[in-house]
Amino acid sequence: MKHRTEEELIGYRDGEAKERVEIAAHLNECTECREELARIEAVFRALDAIPAPDPGEDYGERVWQRIAPRLGRKKERWWESLFVPQRLAALGGVMALVILAFVAGRWTRERMPSGDQADVVKVRERVLVVAVGEHLGRTEMVLMELENAPAQKGRKAINISETQRRAEDLVEENRLYRQTALTEGDQAMVSTLDELERVLLDIANSPEELTPAAFETIRKRIEEQGLLFKVRVVKQGLDERKANPGAKPTEDNAKVTERKKV
Amino acid sequence: MADEAEVSDAMAIERTLAGDRDAYRVLVERHSRTVYRMAYRIMGNAHDAEDVVQESFLRAYQKLKQFAGNANFGTWVYRIAANYAIDRIRQRNADDARRESPSKPGEVSLEIDPLSLVRDMSPSPERLAGSAQLAERMKAALAELSPAERTAIVMRHWDGCGIEEIAAVLKSNSNATKNTVFRAVQKLRRALIPFLEGKEARAMGTEG
Repeated sequence: MKHRTEEELIGYRDGEAKERVEIAAHLNECTECREELARIEAVFRALDAIPAPDPGEDYGERVWQRIAPRLGRKKERWWESLFVPQRLAALGGVMALVILAFVAGRWTRERMPSGDQADVVKVRERVLVVAVGEHLGRTEMVLMELENAPAQKGRKAINISETQRRAEDLVEENRLYRQTALTEGDQAMVSTLDELERVLLDIANSPEELTPAAFETIRKRIEEQGLLFKVRVVKQGLDERKANPGAKPTEDNAKVTERKKV
Repeated sequence: MADEAEVSDAMAIERTLAGDRDAYRVLVERHSRTVYRMAYRIMGNAHDAEDVVQESFLRAYQKLKQFAGNANFGTWVYRIAANYAIDRIRQRNADDARRESPSKPGEVSLEIDPLSLVRDMSPSPERLAGSAQLAERMKAALAELSPAERTAIVMRHWDGCGIEEIAAVLKSNSNATKNTVFRAVQKLRRALIPFLEGKEARAMGTEG
């Protein structure tokens, strides 16, 4: 008796085999092919042993928080968006990093025969720290505005759209810096900026028109979660790093240096 | 929230297209997890999977007009995500190759413990199906598949997609796609032989 091939049996199992009836008839008679089919079936059962990836019940909500600020902008040319005043500052910071990296790289190659590139890394780190420090300053302003807004009694709705637009811009700025920090291998900075992004997204994604009660809720949340305080602490940490660049964990420096060699 | 639960996909799409950006939220919240599961299985890690999910919903939003309700939104965004995932993984593999370090997770896992594999060997897949070790082995074997094979087996096995649907994502025809599924199963099987079949494996499929 001619046995069925592995391909035919996999196709049969998958419901895609051409000679379905014939294969079924053969399987009825042939123990060996039935065993072979059972072994193929075991592969699929083994696949089921991999636990289903579960991002959690609230995953959809988190995805929305992430993408909402990026929706709804009318298609603008990419360069137009760069010239929005609030974004120029971020762009300036990143440009300064790029130029510095380039200049410092040339300078190192020409003048530093021993391959000691730690200084270059330090200079770049410093520029990033200064730029992010300024970015945090702007974020602090947004939070302060919300926290210290005058009492809104007697008004039906409070419009925070202006503050939200600035929060949205800061989210984008934040991402630029996060990307740079990631490229630089500065993991501590990446985590800080991640945390900040969540705060900014919270603000950006609140409804534009708020009742005084809803506005009060947001204000309370900023207060209760100590968001303003958190931003100030991070900013202070950065200021310290600015004054004393050695404060950064050394393993990050090592990582950057090592990556540069590759 | 109760209100949101009653909004159908079609209604949410209509409202979004009418300019209500927040109406899109229902669609994102409803379909994100399915897309994530597929993306995770193809990409092999949470970070890349999340990136695929976000990018897919952004792209779907931008192309919503083209969608025109001619299919199920869930299926549509799933397909956008599968397309993006396979592009990403091909890109990632190319980057890895350029850095001349072949994907380490797969290598390491496949080299694990031949001894413990033998010790744990049992003809009963039911018993093995619960084994964490088997799951690790399978993950490693999946990671070793080509991007097309992995995408095909994920779409076929876990999500029950039709051959035509997979062929569209692979930009291939249905015969070639059937062949891709077959190759994927065959490779997974070979990776599992010591685990599931022991010495009794028929030469067929193992030695050409």
